[in-house]
Amino acid sequence: MFEQLYNAIFIGSIYALFAVGFALVFSVLDILNLAHPTVFMLGAFAALFAIATLGLPWWLAVPIAFVATGLFGILLDRIAFAPLRRRGAPPLSAMISSLAVTLAVVRVVELRYGGDFITFPAGTVPSFLIHVGGATLEGVRLAIIGLSIALMLVLTYLVRGTALGREIRALAENPRAARILGIDVERAIAATFFISSGLGGLAGVLLAFAYNSLDSRMGLPLELRAFTVMVVGGMGSLPGAVIGAYLLGLGEVASLVYLPAELRDAFAFGLLFLVLIARPQGLLGQRPADRI
Amino acid sequence: MDAIADFLATYSTTFAIVGINALLALSVWLTLYAGQLTLGNAAFMAIGAYTSALLGRHLGAPFPLALAAGAVAAAALAAPLGLTVFRLRGVYLAIATLAFGEVVRVILLATPITGRGQGLNGIPPKTELWHIYLSLAVVAYVLWRVQGSIAGRAWAAIREDEVAAASQGIAVRRYKLAAFVLGALLAAWAGGLSAHVTFSIDPNDFAFTKAVQILVFAVVGGIPNVLGPVLGATVFTALPELLRPFKDYRDIFQGAILLAVIIYLPRGIVTLAELRKTRRLAEIGAADVA
Repeated sequence: MFEQLYNAIFIGSIYALFAVGFALVFSVLDILNLAHPTVFMLGAFAALFAIATLGLPWWLAVPIAFVATGLFGILLDRIAFAPLRRRGAPPLSAMISSLAVTLAVVRVVELRYGGDFITFPAGTVPSFLIHVGGATLEGVRLAIIGLSIALMLVLTYLVRGTALGREIRALAENPRAARILGIDVERAIAATFFISSGLGGLAGVLLAFAYNSLDSRMGLPLELRAFTVMVVGGMGSLPGAVIGAYLLGLGEVASLVYLPAELRDAFAFGLLFLVLIARPQGLLGQRPADRI
Repeated sequence: MDAIADFLATYSTTFAIVGINALLALSVWLTLYAGQLTLGNAAFMAIGAYTSALLGRHLGAPFPLALAAGAVAAAALAAPLGLTVFRLRGVYLAIATLAFGEVVRVILLATPITGRGQGLNGIPPKTELWHIYLSLAVVAYVLWRVQGSIAGRAWAAIREDEVAAASQGIAVRRYKLAAFVLGALLAAWAGGLSAHVTFSIDPNDFAFTKAVQILVFAVVGGIPNVLGPVLGATVFTALPELLRPFKDYRDIFQGAILLAVIIYLPRGIVTLAELRKTRRLAEIGAADVA
């Protein structure tokens, strides 16, 4: 029971890191960034490249992956979203352009690493066990939980307590007014993408470390879960996304225990569907009137 | 003549898939035309495919009857679903229909009669090319005619402004539901046809990727008229075949082409001829208004 709870919090932390980035871009730009799972995968492969090719230790690979995916996020915005933004294209166009980038980038990774599951070179990924009472827990997961919570606190401070955060919130509220008030909108958008993608990439590295496994399509299962998390928490609400992520983690682990294996995925989507029907604004969502 | 016969024989499966994808693109076009962004059509396609294949296998139902039963089954499911998600708009509707699609997929994965993860194999290849293209011609013609009809204008009005449409006395709820159910019906018909082309089906054929692919056909082809989705489906089904010589780089090219279309042809490939006009409109900042 305790071990299951531990795993639920672990997977919830990964979902949270992934989903806050997804929700951040949605809340600021109204974009469903379908390339976010690709960023997640790129984070894991950036770490693999740093460790296996450059021979760096894992603790250096983590920040490298964060920065690399953050920069990729800025590039993604310049290629796929900025041209559409300038034209005031509908949100649907952004979904398709991010999908186009995904198609190409996944293939680029496969050209180098193939499409199968791969592992990090033996002994390069930390792994240790801790004993609490009668239970044996994987220590890396505890570290991941701690790091995720710390990062979400940092993100909260960044958004709520800094000048950059104020600019990003102004942009989310009203891009036009933000520009008139002298905010460098493009810079705030670049920062949004850097943070969003950096966190997404970090989630990828951490999951790849925990399972010692990565592949070019590892982000796909998270895409639909991120939708669930956002809808449950309230679209575009960052605290909502975090709460939604842990709820989903708990629910999934519980359904693993009580439901047949085939129905595992049904939990997330059933939950998503029910919330949309019963409470479309989610737990912490506001602005229901003009959106739904 | 032999050369033409050879060509047709070699590429008949491709032609069949092009036609089926065009039907699917039209099914999603119908809902988009009425202002609804749905991602549930892959699931309705699955319902059509499984229903028709199972009826043929277990009850020996004649092919046209099995196809029709699949379409009716999907419509019967779409009606209550449409009523439930009626008040959702934009990405909320997209996500809700996507969730519905995933639930259908998981049910198919868990049910013994649908063959669970293995799916169904050995479905007889009953679909002839003319079945597909006759369906496509009829559907395209009907939808083209519908645009100028009362229903077509009501859908366009709802798409542009739902509240305004309601205040003009348009039965918004009924028209939206009609578009949703008809789209489901059409997707299921296409699904039934495709199951009898491809020999085997499994739940993952109808996952998120498929739903998005159908949407790409319609949007990239162009929503302004019926030709758009057909063109989009043709280009994006034929493209992988044409890019076969570059097989390692195929997805990269496809991604680049998709990106170029969505950026430079905002209203779809069908507006290629109007490109200069679009550019002109873009200059004055009115590309999406036109």
